[in-house]
Amino acid sequence: MENIAPISWKKSSKPHLFCPGCGHGIVLKQLGYAFDEMKIARDVTFGIDIGCSLLAWNFFDADTIQTHHGRTTSVMVGYKMAKPERIALAYMGDGGGYAIGLQALLHAAYRNNPVTVILVNNENYAMTGGQSSPTTPVGMVTSTSPNGKRAEFGKGLHGPELISEIAAPNAYIARVSISNPIQLKITLKKAIENQVKNKVFSFVEVLSICPTNWKTNAKESFEILREAEKLYPIKEFTKEKEVEK
Amino acid sequence: MTEKKLLLTGNEAAVLGAIAAGAKIMFGYPITPATEILQGWIGKADKSDELQYLQTEDEIAAGFGVLGAVLAGEIAFTASAGPGHVLLQDPLSMAENLRLPFVGIMMQRGGPSTGTVNFSQQEVNLAAFGGNGDGIRLVYSASSVLEMYTLTQEAFQMAWRYRFPTILLGDGYLGKMKTVVELPADRADVKAEPILKEVSESTNIRNCYSSEADLAEVLQKNLADWNHARKSLVLSESYELDGAETVIVAHGLVASAAKDAVSILRKSGVKIGLFRPITLHPFDTEVLKKAVAKAKKVMIFESSLNQLARIVKYELADQKVNYEEVSKPAEGFTAAEIIKAVKGK
Ligand SMILES: Cc1ncc(C[n+]2csc(CCOP(=O)(O)OP(=O)(O)O)c2C)c(N)n1
Ligand code: SF4
Repeated sequence: MENIAPISWKKSSKPHLFCPGCGHGIVLKQLGYAFDEMKIARDVTFGIDIGCSLLAWNFFDADTIQTHHGRTTSVMVGYKMAKPERIALAYMGDGGGYAIGLQALLHAAYRNNPVTVILVNNENYAMTGGQSSPTTPVGMVTSTSPNGKRAEFGKGLHGPELISEIAAPNAYIARVSISNPIQLKITLKKAIENQVKNKVFSFVEVLSICPTNWKTNAKESFEILREAEKLYPIKEFTKEKEVEK
Repeated sequence: MTEKKLLLTGNEAAVLGAIAAGAKIMFGYPITPATEILQGWIGKADKSDELQYLQTEDEIAAGFGVLGAVLAGEIAFTASAGPGHVLLQDPLSMAENLRLPFVGIMMQRGGPSTGTVNFSQQEVNLAAFGGNGDGIRLVYSASSVLEMYTLTQEAFQMAWRYRFPTILLGDGYLGKMKTVVELPADRADVKAEPILKEVSESTNIRNCYSSEADLAEVLQKNLADWNHARKSLVLSESYELDGAETVIVAHGLVASAAKDAVSILRKSGVKIGLFRPITLHPFDTEVLKKAVAKAKKVMIFESSLNQLARIVKYELADQKVNYEEVSKPAEGFTAAEIIKAVKGK
């Protein structure tokens, strides 16, 4: 079943343009299955950032708007105000969400705007050729950290942890990894459901791989991903908040 | 048609204009001298089931919020000034390329970050040519409280009809100025519809282009539409231009002082008239050409350094004109000052 392309994929735009083995492909496949299972592709408006996510501008048979770098959250917040009955998704990379667009992301979470943000964390600025990003771990070689990222530039920004600090208790916040596609799909569905049912904010960070910029084969890519999973714990943050209460 | 008489500031008039045009959502971040537009809108929205607002974390979020709302087919806008107008160039560039009916009301102010908030026309370049595009935007300049009402409606009307991002400029002081105005009963009939269409064939809008040819095709189409619409978009006021040997060109509040100056000078027999561009971009070049054809001198007055003059000179490049530029960046003009300048004293 999981090898069949999701029905919500737009056939005319396949094969897609992501690099072979790219994590975006895995995320978009699980998102497609989520659309199919929830039968919502027609109700979704998909907002995508600039970054490798831009390659998804015609990925789904769903209304899609590609915005400027870091601005997708704001566009979808505005869209959702005008169209509360639609499902507003914002899809971005770690640069788009945690660097240039962090302010918009935090404030959408803080206000509990009913949008769902999906952030694909590949620990680098992939589209521009693999520069260091807020989530690049210490020691990782990138084109702007040629001798390995220095600790003084930050030990890796923990987005869901940060956002859950200011988000409302009923916001759904989670981190998952492409290493577990089933959990990825379930998490994406929960995040979307939270928007539909509770009309509140939800956020999913997906740990991903970028074989092209990492210059890794499949095995090496997943080794780096496993390290990322240690640095950035896979969990739901919402529940923890509820337990705290 | 019956008219309503009200005591209003320019900012209040803009709010009423937006409502009259059918605007439903305002996104904004406070900045003097445009803050009262946000406050005024919120005041109305809190008493209405129809009107919404979002005070955003910055102008970037406000501008992109507007784009999200217009993509959904809602009439939406923002208002700002100076440094906020700079930040709004990011969404304006997206709107320009994707032909989204963004509407922004910019009450110009002097100084880079904070500074003077009364007289300035220093945002003409920014409004017309800011951003990383070619300046396919519609720019109006209001010169009275009444025009803050009527041109706000015009801005929405044209933005949605032609799908060009649209900016209404006011000299900062115009926002604060309070006068009795008679609001015309006629209202703009803005036809808005979803741009992301929600029909079975999905709408996929992109902002990135894989080849120069792809992008060029879009840009050429936008330019062709712009050139085609020009004639229907340009607006100007001609005052006492018949037989004028001196033609004053001024916009906004400077033009209203110039109008007083012209009327006084005419009474003393000076052959002088005023051309006031209401759209700064596109520019009503044909009317100005006729006015300057027999004039001896064209005097350009503005509260900025050559920002209007550069547009005028470009538009009149094929005319022989004797120019005199009176630029007072971020300072206002009185009629008396203009009269003095005309008399060469
Ligand atoms: C305002 C602005 N600054 C910089 C860029 C250049 N740029 C394009 S994509 C990108 C980084 C993308 O990284 P990320 O968001 O992590 O997504 P990824 O490509 O890794 O999926 C940058 C810096 C831009 N398009 N706009
Ligand atoms: S550069 Fe990296 S993130 Fe971008 S498509 Fe290629 S593998 Fe994927």
